[in-house]
Amino acid sequence: MATEKSGAEILIEALCDLGVDVVFGYPGGAVLPIYDALFKQKRIRHILVRQEGGAAHAAEGYARSTGKPGVVLVTSGPGATNAVTGIADALMDSIPMVIITGQVPTQLIGTDAFQEADTIGITRHCTKHNYLVKDPAKLGDVIHEAFHIATTGRPGPVLIDLPKNVQIATATYKKPGVGTVGRKAYRVQVKPEQAQIEEAIAMIAAAKRPILYTGGGVINAGPGASQILRELARITGAPVTSTLMGLGAFPASSPQWLGMLGMHGTYEANWAMNQADLVVALGARFDDRVTGRLDAFAPNSKKIHVDIDRSSINKVVRVDLGIVADVGRAMEDMVKLWKARAYPPATHTAWYEQIDGWRAKKSLAFPDSTREIMPQLAIRRLWEATNARKPIISTEVGQHQMWAAQHFDFEQPNKWLTSGGLGTMGYGLPAAIGAQVGNPNALVIDIAGEASILMNIQEMATATQYRLPVKVFILNNEYMGMVRQWQELTYSSRYSESYSDSLPDFVKLAESFGWKGIRIDTVSELDDGIADMLAHDGPVMVDCRVAKLANCFPMIPSGASHTDMILQSDQVSGEMDDEAKALV
Amino acid sequence: MHIKPETIERHTLSVTVDNEAGVLARIAGLFTARGYNIESLTVADVTEDETISRITIVTSGTPEVIDQVVAQLDRLVPVHRVTDLTELGPHVERELALVKVAGTGEHRIEALRLAEVYRAHVIDATTSSFIFEVTGGSEKIDKFLELMREIGLVEVARTGVAAMARGKEAL
Ligand SMILES: Cc1ncc(C[n+]2csc(CCOP(=O)(O)OP(=O)(O)O)c2C)c(N)n1
Repeated sequence: MATEKSGAEILIEALCDLGVDVVFGYPGGAVLPIYDALFKQKRIRHILVRQEGGAAHAAEGYARSTGKPGVVLVTSGPGATNAVTGIADALMDSIPMVIITGQVPTQLIGTDAFQEADTIGITRHCTKHNYLVKDPAKLGDVIHEAFHIATTGRPGPVLIDLPKNVQIATATYKKPGVGTVGRKAYRVQVKPEQAQIEEAIAMIAAAKRPILYTGGGVINAGPGASQILRELARITGAPVTSTLMGLGAFPASSPQWLGMLGMHGTYEANWAMNQADLVVALGARFDDRVTGRLDAFAPNSKKIHVDIDRSSINKVVRVDLGIVADVGRAMEDMVKLWKARAYPPATHTAWYEQIDGWRAKKSLAFPDSTREIMPQLAIRRLWEATNARKPIISTEVGQHQMWAAQHFDFEQPNKWLTSGGLGTMGYGLPAAIGAQVGNPNALVIDIAGEASILMNIQEMATATQYRLPVKVFILNNEYMGMVRQWQELTYSSRYSESYSDSLPDFVKLAESFGWKGIRIDTVSELDDGIADMLAHDGPVMVDCRVAKLANCFPMIPSGASHTDMILQSDQVSGEMDDEAKALV
Repeated sequence: MHIKPETIERHTLSVTVDNEAGVLARIAGLFTARGYNIESLTVADVTEDETISRITIVTSGTPEVIDQVVAQLDRLVPVHRVTDLTELGPHVERELALVKVAGTGEHRIEALRLAEVYRAHVIDATTSSFIFEVTGGSEKIDKFLELMREIGLVEVARTGVAAMARGKEAL
């Protein structure tokens, strides 16, 4: 008979069997047995964050930049509840993640014991699945199944709640055999139906004004999917646009690239979407930030939607052809069939002429100023100084995030980490830390706002402790800029509570954490400041003082159509009606 | 500003799930989280080894919402299969109700007479009350209750709908 191990040891063993080499966590009473087991081993590295929310976002950044699942370990009660935002964030953005939470011993569950929270109840609807494990003999299988569920199909967070007595009680553990993990009820359709691929190809070949609309699903489908997307675009000649989450899957330097679409997308991307006769949605989910007013969304187009999640198809937009499959596999089959059919390469001359007309609007142009640093200019300079090093960029949430999406060009997948679905301020710094842990030699930069960065500022200590040379580049406008912008557009510039008062001195703050701090006040200091940041081999915080009242354009106000884009601030301002105010 | 009304359909869904802790909360919670309606929900394990439960859900919504309900249910990890019986075609639906009626004299006689018409059985009686057991489609039970309300209805317990497609095939 195999020797018995404690639940905590089984956990470590199973994680090792699954190839986990790093865990982001924070200890507490209900996970002490696991921390003791961690102490006694060398295979798994534990990164001690400074708040559990940081652990969850760090795991997200790690996952998104490496393609491997992120692992989180936190205690019961407040440990678990602190992690909830990051878990919900991972669900919205389909990030593979496994969270281990401690729980009070089984006999105390339901008694309002010290640090008891109904973690299973609280996280039921912000995880892809969750488990309460009451028997150490079942723990091994649950852990393997949890990783399987987190990483297959539409990826997402899976939580395992582990009562303290189950961490101590013993049982045998055996690594499950190949093909035995999973369960009958959980089915994933990876392979597309051939007949649907044939139909898709016929539709693409017949289209006069096709557009590929790609999303985070292409990134999740692995680097191979980004490669095959390039091939699909090349042979079909279709222009490509992407959601916020999909940036990097298609190279921004390609002449077929239209830029991001949606609320802060380019004029050409949104107009091309509006005028297309065929929209091919690839691993994107027709988010409201993308579609704008639904009845005016791509009104004269046929639509194909490829998604691994059947519930995404026809959820918000009715499509003509829904293909449930891994988007990489579906594109692969499309490319094969296109080649087998030997379609002549489509040039779509008339379509590109039309697109060039929209491009001529130069919707990302911004006012030239020497008096103040325009935030867009700061990002452009940052890109110029760093793009050769293929940096990983994370962001917080707000105007700076949108400016980064617009002005920082990506050529490769897994380089862009941002909170898209949930829009979580405080995501960027811990995500950058997670990415740096997973990519020790990469240049990792968090493009931040001064309000957002304060939401997880404690994680600076984590970077210091593990000598992670992350760079935080703050576009400091002394406003919650995105909120202020909406108030300007919708509420006659009544700036209710959207300022940043009593800010810390970010340079001194940096220094107090053992970071280098740099302040950039003027345009003339910009390039040198960036160079100084890059020259320092430890963590750096840059306080870049930018124009305070700049707004992010183009913009489609919520509830408006793609053709109602605002290009400059003088086109709007004032008060909106209640229908508009009620939209998110 | 006012919220616009839409056309609503009633659908009966049959859902087979792994019989594990929390599965009912997962399903019920999905409905509240996404704003879907539940008119009735019944659940019981249906396999010999008690590993699989069958849940019957009566829901209502626009055709688009019903589509989403099915897809969202199907996406839950412990769900084996979701069948929209209403969409599938002919099926039978039954529920059972226990109906307590109190009264004396003429009222008692009238209650028994109506019960006969509705094929309700008396399963408990006192000198001043009956408990009837009635099965049938939800509409029949609604109708029976409506009549009993006039006579002296004091309490009702309903099981909710169990449903099955007609013919020899299993789901
Ligand atoms: C946790 C959280 N709280 C509130 C919001 C709402 N919100 C969106 S953007 C924003 C302002 C962000 O300000 P800052 O970080 O300074 O960025 P800026 O817009 O100025 O670039 C706020 C409050 C949010 N997205 N996340």
